[in-house]
Amino acid sequence: MTEVAATPAENTRLQRTLGILRDVMVRPSGAIGLTLVTFHVILAVISPWIVPYDYKAMNSLLMLNGPSGAHWLGTDHLGRDVLTRVLLGGREALLVTGVATPIAVIWGGLLGIFFGLVGGRLDEVLMRVVDAFLSLPWILKMLVLIVTFGTGIEVLIPTLAFFYGIPVIRIARAATHDVVARDFVSAARARGHGRITVIRRELLPNVLDTLMVEGAMRWSWMLLAFSSLSFLGFGVSPPTPDWGLMIADARGFMSFAPWGVLGPVIALSSLIIGINLTADALAKALGIDRAQKAPV
Amino acid sequence: MLMRRLFLGAITVWIVSIIIFAGVEVLPGDACTAFLEREAQGKLLENCREAQGLNRSAAERYFDWASGAVRGDFGVSANGQKSISELVGNRLRNSLLLAVCALAIGVPLAIFLGVVTGLRREKPVDLVFSSTAVFAMTIPEFVSATVLILVFSVWLGWLPGIVLTSAGAPISEFFPEIVLPVIVLGMVMTAHILRMVRSSVIEVMAGEYVQMAILKGVPYWHIVFRHALPNALLPAINVVALTIAWLLGGVVVIEVVFNYPGLGRMMIDAISDRDLPVVQAIALIVATVYVGVNLTADLMTMFLNPRLRTHALRGS
Repeated sequence: MTEVAATPAENTRLQRTLGILRDVMVRPSGAIGLTLVTFHVILAVISPWIVPYDYKAMNSLLMLNGPSGAHWLGTDHLGRDVLTRVLLGGREALLVTGVATPIAVIWGGLLGIFFGLVGGRLDEVLMRVVDAFLSLPWILKMLVLIVTFGTGIEVLIPTLAFFYGIPVIRIARAATHDVVARDFVSAARARGHGRITVIRRELLPNVLDTLMVEGAMRWSWMLLAFSSLSFLGFGVSPPTPDWGLMIADARGFMSFAPWGVLGPVIALSSLIIGINLTADALAKALGIDRAQKAPV
Repeated sequence: MLMRRLFLGAITVWIVSIIIFAGVEVLPGDACTAFLEREAQGKLLENCREAQGLNRSAAERYFDWASGAVRGDFGVSANGQKSISELVGNRLRNSLLLAVCALAIGVPLAIFLGVVTGLRREKPVDLVFSSTAVFAMTIPEFVSATVLILVFSVWLGWLPGIVLTSAGAPISEFFPEIVLPVIVLGMVMTAHILRMVRSSVIEVMAGEYVQMAILKGVPYWHIVFRHALPNALLPAINVVALTIAWLLGGVVVIEVVFNYPGLGRMMIDAISDRDLPVVQAIALIVATVYVGVNLTADLMTMFLNPRLRTHALRGS
């Protein structure tokens, strides 16, 4: 965590961002992670134009056929091309988590910073409510909402953004307490800077570092939650291709048709590992120890 | 200090109970509409609500529910008219069995590997185990479970890939069916704790008193076991507790994948059936377990750490 120099603001901020990016890229974990993530994001954008078949075209003559020249990853129990569905299977997941993660980090972060600064009785009460929410398993909280309001992305995005923002409150609050106690904040106060200036120039840049790492971690937990929900049958609805759903469907046939499971398993794992390696490298580049935190 | 922790724990459980009750309250529908389904209208609905006591005010029902829960009586399920406490009992035991087996293997292994990787930082052994840990902790449970079933049960045929034992069976009957679920859960758990212990060991070994001991010529293993480890492992206790709580979500998925008759699968079934009284009961039990585990961790840290110990005793 370094203090951001004040002038000229635009230029240094860009330089600092590029510096962090370079710092991430030179680490093996960062290079591999960022490559995987970039690959998946690009794939998610362009996949509708490059897939060889229609993802919902069923064919009773092609049920559970093994890999071949025409179907590289074989076909599933309804005769649909597995490769097509694997290529398209991350789109929903990336869309939902890609929108929900920034929302979660922003609302949780703002609330956390605010209560970290204000403190007092209200802060104490809020932390008890946060504790209470955290003591319920994520799956229970989400399932109750999903079963009530349906499973579309218009339900999943707010649900994920809400529940995954709650732990961020705690992280942002702790980071705020941490920064406020530092010497450079007292120095800025002693220089006679106003409250707003201190918050904007000294506090935010430093808390932002923590929140960035937190966001990367949240993203991977969210992806895990999203695909687990799909797997359990509470996420996206068929015939939409989704890795979690595909694994659930293909599991029953895996003794004689393992290709239906392996494709989505590799795709989902590589994305999640990519995000985590990136988060790791980012944390190291910013000097934040992410292993010290429990994944609540 | 001690009393304060206990008090805060009780407050948290109390708030959870309100959240659970209020959450179920604001959701559309109640136990009667779920039970009667399409016939939920007019006289039938009235009678059902009358019989279940749903006509009373929310505060009254909350008090009834909460005071029953304190005595271990969660009322009856919406559809089966069975006592929830009876339904939950065996399921809770089975889930705890799963968790305890995973902990018994995971915690010692994680501490051992965490210390080894922490002491051999950036060496091959560290890189191998640390990256394996990243894999193990980030892959969704249903993915690792599926792969393990495919390899050990379908291809090699070593272990059963599905649990067929009924919920009420004696514990001994769960072996060897429980082995794969325990491995999946233990893997994630080990990875989380390993990373925590590793970073804690690194931090402590860089401390001034350790450097001082090295300079004084104290034997290396003496430094590690007498000076570094007690300080490194203490903060790990709390993280282990928090990790257990996080894993409760994963337990649900694991139980579904392996058809394991635990609390998690019961919860999924109850949610699908909209059996709200059962959902409420499970939520409260799980939250209480979470708070209890964290409280135990707090107390353990307090009594293992001489500084906090004196503070706690003087404070209370």
